Amino acid sequence: MCVSLVNVINAATAQGGLHGLGSVLRIVIQRLLLGLLTLLVVSIVIFTAVNMLPGDFAQAVLGQGATPEAIESIRRDLGLDQPFVARYFTWLAGMLQGDLGTSFAQLNFQSNMGGTQLKGVAEQIAPRFFNTMFLAAVTAAIAVPVAVSLGILAALYRNSVFDRAANIFTLTSISSPEFFLAYILILFLAVLNPIFPSLSNIFEGMGFGERLVKTMLPALTLTLVVTAHMMRMTRAAIINLLASPYIEMARLKGLSPMRVIVVHALPNALAPIINVIALNLAYLITGVVVVEVVFVYPGIGQLFVDSVKIRDIPIVQACCLIFAGAYILLNLTADILSILSNPRLRHPK
Amino acid sequence: MSWWMWIIVAVGVIAGLAWVFRFAGQQATGNKPLFRDMPFGVAFGYVLGALLLVFAIWFYFQPLVTEAGVPRASVTFFRWAVQGFILFAIAAFLFRLLGRYVGTGATRKLFRSMPLTAAFGILVILIYAFVAIFAGVIAPFGQEEVLANANIVPGGDPMVGGNPEYPLGTDQIGRDILSRLIYGAQNTVGIAFATTVLAFFIGGSLGFLASTLGGWLDQLLSRSVDVLMAIPALIFALLLMTIASVWAPTLGIPLTVFMVLIIAVIDSTRVFRLARAVAMNIVVMDYIEAAKLRGEGLTYLVFREILPNATAPLLAEFGLRFCFVFLTIASLSFLGVGIQPPLADWGTMVKDLSQFINFAGFAPQVATAPLLAAGAIALLTVGVNFVVDWMLQKTSGLKE
Repeated sequence: MCVSLVNVINAATAQGGLHGLGSVLRIVIQRLLLGLLTLLVVSIVIFTAVNMLPGDFAQAVLGQGATPEAIESIRRDLGLDQPFVARYFTWLAGMLQGDLGTSFAQLNFQSNMGGTQLKGVAEQIAPRFFNTMFLAAVTAAIAVPVAVSLGILAALYRNSVFDRAANIFTLTSISSPEFFLAYILILFLAVLNPIFPSLSNIFEGMGFGERLVKTMLPALTLTLVVTAHMMRMTRAAIINLLASPYIEMARLKGLSPMRVIVVHALPNALAPIINVIALNLAYLITGVVVVEVVFVYPGIGQLFVDSVKIRDIPIVQACCLIFAGAYILLNLTADILSILSNPRLRHPK
Repeated sequence: MSWWMWIIVAVGVIAGLAWVFRFAGQQATGNKPLFRDMPFGVAFGYVLGALLLVFAIWFYFQPLVTEAGVPRASVTFFRWAVQGFILFAIAAFLFRLLGRYVGTGATRKLFRSMPLTAAFGILVILIYAFVAIFAGVIAPFGQEEVLANANIVPGGDPMVGGNPEYPLGTDQIGRDILSRLIYGAQNTVGIAFATTVLAFFIGGSLGFLASTLGGWLDQLLSRSVDVLMAIPALIFALLLMTIASVWAPTLGIPLTVFMVLIIAVIDSTRVFRLARAVAMNIVVMDYIEAAKLRGEGLTYLVFREILPNATAPLLAEFGLRFCFVFLTIASLSFLGVGIQPPLADWGTMVKDLSQFINFAGFAPQVATAPLLAAGAIALLTVGVNFVVDWMLQKTSGLKE
């Protein structure tokens, strides 16, 4: 399916006006379209999965004791009397316009309490989405510089005591579950030495400094998780290059080891490093769920888990699509960046 | 003076000490190459490391209780950590020593070239396997047995609310934590192992089929796997678990069975990728062509020609995949949608007991129960990762 689509795009771009734009742009456009297609198929998968629920939504919303009339009216309101394909397109059109539906919890509340103004899923998700983005940004701001510089140091002093200690430490922190790291950090940085709060109660209109302090522990936990992987890949990418003749030449010129690595090896190792950074940011999206639950951080991950527990399908669906979208987008970015930074891919034969 | 000024002063002092250290080394050894060519950064690193070591030793020998009689939990935890580290290092060393003199020639040779971390990993895996298999014999109580006393403090000291009969105490409804930890090995590890085997069975056989048969089957499978892999694993698992939790009571099948199936299918996509990639390199070999010309069937090709040549990468992947599955199950249980009570499970235990961490400042032993459960998960994955790391290094021949 995808391959045939690639061929079609290839043919179209080759024949059309894009011919003069060079092959890089063509590959990038291809990847973008492919990403869009993947997102579309993923949305079908999510929608089909949710529609495999036994019974129907109306019953689930109102519970066992609902009258047939109430169920019928909810069915009509939610459009459940429409066929499957029509419902999918309605849902997709809503998603594209930022209308993510109404959560079951609130529908239920409304049908029991009478007509209060409903808050849509989108309004519930928006502030939490911002919080999660903030957490991810703080994590990236700490993790990326630390990981890259530690990786360079480990490559510089490879096989030394420092390198081995770093290897053991990173392997340990990669393989520990997030909640273990989180509780260790809580124990030492919140309970025994009260430096940071162990609960991140973030609210709107909070000052940046205060917000930063309250975000610190979840951010540090995520940093521990992603730094290890990024650092190992940085080290491996640089060491891979050290056997090449031009590095040998730089060494024979009498350059210092630091200069050889930072000025000569690093620029050529940038492609895999950028790639692994983007992939780890994509990984953050999954890791964020557990960490947000531990620290009661009001982000999208916590909302997702809470909705999973009370089976609030519209929110689960919307969160799932947002997570998948962000994941696909970051993977796509990694893909495109590695094409742009690799001359061999830029000029394919 | 605020804390960041202290850091600047400390860095300055260490830098000065580093310069003195290098200079003294050059003078004392008559400009030996080690000191003559030492960059300043390395000298800085040596001094920093030495200072940290001195600080760690000083901290280790701090009194456990302040003069006012308040327990110093940081010191207690630090001592436990150091003792645990040394104990495991010695155990791994002895285990490697044992392996070098006992066993067949091949295993002895293997143990001779083994780094200490890998020996540690193998030892941990063996201990876990032993505990998981003989859980019913080792555990003092049953995993669902509710005892008379709830909330007994770990440590077994009656002065602070412990009971020597329950060395790790009891939980909120009076179940023995030690027994539940031991049964957790059986449930958590056992379920994760079964899931991984299932994932390998599905992913491996489909991957081999796709590469041997090729054509539309390969296209269909590969593209579906691409789509499934575009959704983050934990998120997808949570979505499917929501649906399964509605289905489970209507069908009368335990939710844990659904979880095993869901995670096996999600992880089999990753196995499929690897199995297909490995088999793709094998099916173009001449001996496969020869076997095809001999008129061998598909079963023979897959099991007698491809599988034996794909064992090494698949075995390493099995270890890594097991870690992922194990962590996913632990995370799901921690979030409350994984292995269901009353089965003892480490993820659920961490969630249930996590509140006790807040009392660590008053009595350090209270916080051990949740940390032990979480640590049990971490220890196994760390052990498996160490072994896999060593295997990959060995097979790829990476020396640097």
